[in-house]
Amino acid sequence: MSVLVTESRLADPDQTYRALIEAHRGLPDEDSAALNSRLVLILANHIGEHAVLQEAIALANQSMEPKDASE
Amino acid sequence: MNTRKVLYQFGYRRCPDQDRPSPAQHPVVVVGAGPVGLCTAIDLAQRGIPVVLLDDADRIGEGSRGICYAKRTLEILDRLGAAHPCLEKGVTWKIGKVFQNNDLLYAFDLLPEDGHKMPAFINLQQYYLEHALVERAAALPYLEIRWRNKVVDLKRRNDGATLTVETPEGPYDLDAEWVVAADGARSALRTMLGLEFKGEVFEDRFLIADVRMKGSFPSERWFWFDPPFHDGHSALLHKQPDDVWRIDLQLGPDADVKAEQTPERVMPRLRQMLGHDDFSLEWVSVYTFQCRRLERFVHGRVVFVGDAAHQVSPFGARGANSGIQDADNLAWKLAFIINGEAPERLIESYDIERSAAADENIGHSTRSTDFIAPRSAQELRFRDATLSLARHAPFAKRMVNSGRLSMPSTYDTPLSTPDADPWSGSARLGAPLPDAPMRDRSGQPIWLLEAIGGEETILHIPNGAQPPTGSRVLIIGDDLIDEHGFFAQRFDASPGSTYLVRPDQHLAARWRHAPPSLIENASRRLKGFEGDRA
Repeated sequence: MSVLVTESRLADPDQTYRALIEAHRGLPDEDSAALNSRLVLILANHIGEHAVLQEAIALANQSMEPKDASE
Repeated sequence: MNTRKVLYQFGYRRCPDQDRPSPAQHPVVVVGAGPVGLCTAIDLAQRGIPVVLLDDADRIGEGSRGICYAKRTLEILDRLGAAHPCLEKGVTWKIGKVFQNNDLLYAFDLLPEDGHKMPAFINLQQYYLEHALVERAAALPYLEIRWRNKVVDLKRRNDGATLTVETPEGPYDLDAEWVVAADGARSALRTMLGLEFKGEVFEDRFLIADVRMKGSFPSERWFWFDPPFHDGHSALLHKQPDDVWRIDLQLGPDADVKAEQTPERVMPRLRQMLGHDDFSLEWVSVYTFQCRRLERFVHGRVVFVGDAAHQVSPFGARGANSGIQDADNLAWKLAFIINGEAPERLIESYDIERSAAADENIGHSTRSTDFIAPRSAQELRFRDATLSLARHAPFAKRMVNSGRLSMPSTYDTPLSTPDADPWSGSARLGAPLPDAPMRDRSGQPIWLLEAIGGEETILHIPNGAQPPTGSRVLIIGDDLIDEHGFFAQRFDASPGSTYLVRPDQHLAARWRHAPPSLIENASRRLKGFEGDRA
C-alpha cells in the first residue's frame, strides 16, 4: 500500500502552478470553488487509494492550524 | 519625491559628420547608451568593427534602477573588459531567504559549487555599471559615443538605414549598414517603425525605495510574504554598495502613485519595516510593470535589443541581465556578417535564440508575479495554501515563488550540431560553457572562459591521433592544464573529446571522436552556412 508523497514530483512546479491559476482566471469566486471541488474529486479518483486520500486530508488540515500551534 | 542626482556628466561635442555635405557611412550605429547599448558597442569595437553610439542624454544617474547582475552577465562583462570595477564595487551574494510573517520558510544557495571565476550575483547600482562601461568604451579606438544625439527619424533601405539625428547645434543625417536599437522600454525607434509591443499588463503597484543606513542585515536577498510590518503584502530587502539598501514594497492595485511617493507616506512604512529611523532616502519610485515583447527582433537591418525588444517584471533580475545577453548574442554575428565571414541570414539566429530567451524570461517573471501579486480571492487562496503547506510538505516549498533568478538560456538553435554521443556533466549543448579553473602553458592560473575569450574555439583532449585544425584549437593538458579535474568533470571529457565553442562561449558541438569533416561542418553551421550542406 502506498503512502502520500510530499516530496516534489513535478518537473516544473511553476508551470503546474500557472496552469491552476489560468484555469481560474476570470471566474467568479463561486465558480472557482465549484471548479476546485471538481478538481479534487477527479484527482482523488486518480489517486485511487482511500488511505492516501486520508493522509492528504490530514496534511491539509494540519496546515490549516494557526501557525503557533503547528510548531 | 524622486531624488534624481546627476552622478556622471558627459559633454556634447560637435563631430565631423555634422559638417559633411552628404551623410557619413558607418557599418553600425547603436542607439541608446544604457547597459545593453554600451555592451553591444563595446563587443563590436573589440571585434574590430567601428561603432557610433548615440544617446539623447548626456549624463548617468537617475536612481539605482537595475541592481542585480547574474553570473553569466558578469562573465560577459569580463570578456568586455568591464567586470573588474563592478566586482570591486558590487556586493557579492548568493543566499536568498524567504519569510512568511516572521518565520523563515526556506533559504536557497544560488551557487553551491566552487571553481567559477564569477559569483552567483552581485548587487550594484546601475549607474556604477554604466560608468564602468563608459570608461571601457572610452578606451576603445573603434568606438565613438555621441552624447545629446537624438535620433528623430529613421529611413530603412535594403542595405541599411538613414538616421536623422538632432543635436544642440541642429540635425544631421547618418547612413548605417546596421542599426542596433537599444533605446529602452519606450524605444523611439520601435515607434518610428510602427511596431507593436504586445503582452500582459499587471495592475499591482510597487514602491521602490533605496535607503542609506548602517544596517546589520547580511548580504542576502530577503523576501517576505505578508510581513508583520507590511500587512497583507510582500516586501524585499537587498543590499547595495555604499550602505544603500533596496526596499521593494507591494502596494496593491489601488495605490495612489503620487501620494505613495511622498515622504509622509514613505518614511512611516520604512520605519515600521526597519524598526528605526536612522536612515536617509536615496531614491523613491512607484512602478507598475508589463511583460511584453516585439514579435520579431530583427527588421531588415534594424535589430532590437534589451528593453526595446522585450520587457519583463523586475522579479528575477531578468531585465538588464537578459539585455546584456542579447548584446552578447548579437555582436559576434554582426561582426561576422560585416566582415563577410558569415552570410547575412546568420542574423535570423539572433531572432530565434533571443526570442526564445525572451519568452522564457517573460514566462518566469509572469509566474512569479502570479504568486507575488494574486489577482483574485481564489488566486490568493492558492498562494496562501502553498505558503501554509510549505511548512509541512517539501513539494509546496518548491512551489513558493518569490522570483526565479536569472539563469542563462540554453539555445535550441539551428547553429548547434545535435549530439551524436551521450554526455553527462554540466556542459549542455547550446548553453554557455561552465567555467573551470585551469593553468596555462607557463603554469599561470587562468579561467577557462578567460582563455576562450570571444573567439570561436575548439577544445580537444588528446588521444594520440592528429589534433583537430581549423579555428583556434586549445589542447587540454597542453595549452590548458586541468589541474583539479573540474574541466573533465563538467565537460564529461575523455581522450578524444572535442568541443566547438561559439564566439559567445556557448557550446555549438561536441564529439567523443571527431573526424575533421564533422568539425568543419559544425563550424560552418555555427556561422549560418546551413543551406549548402544538402
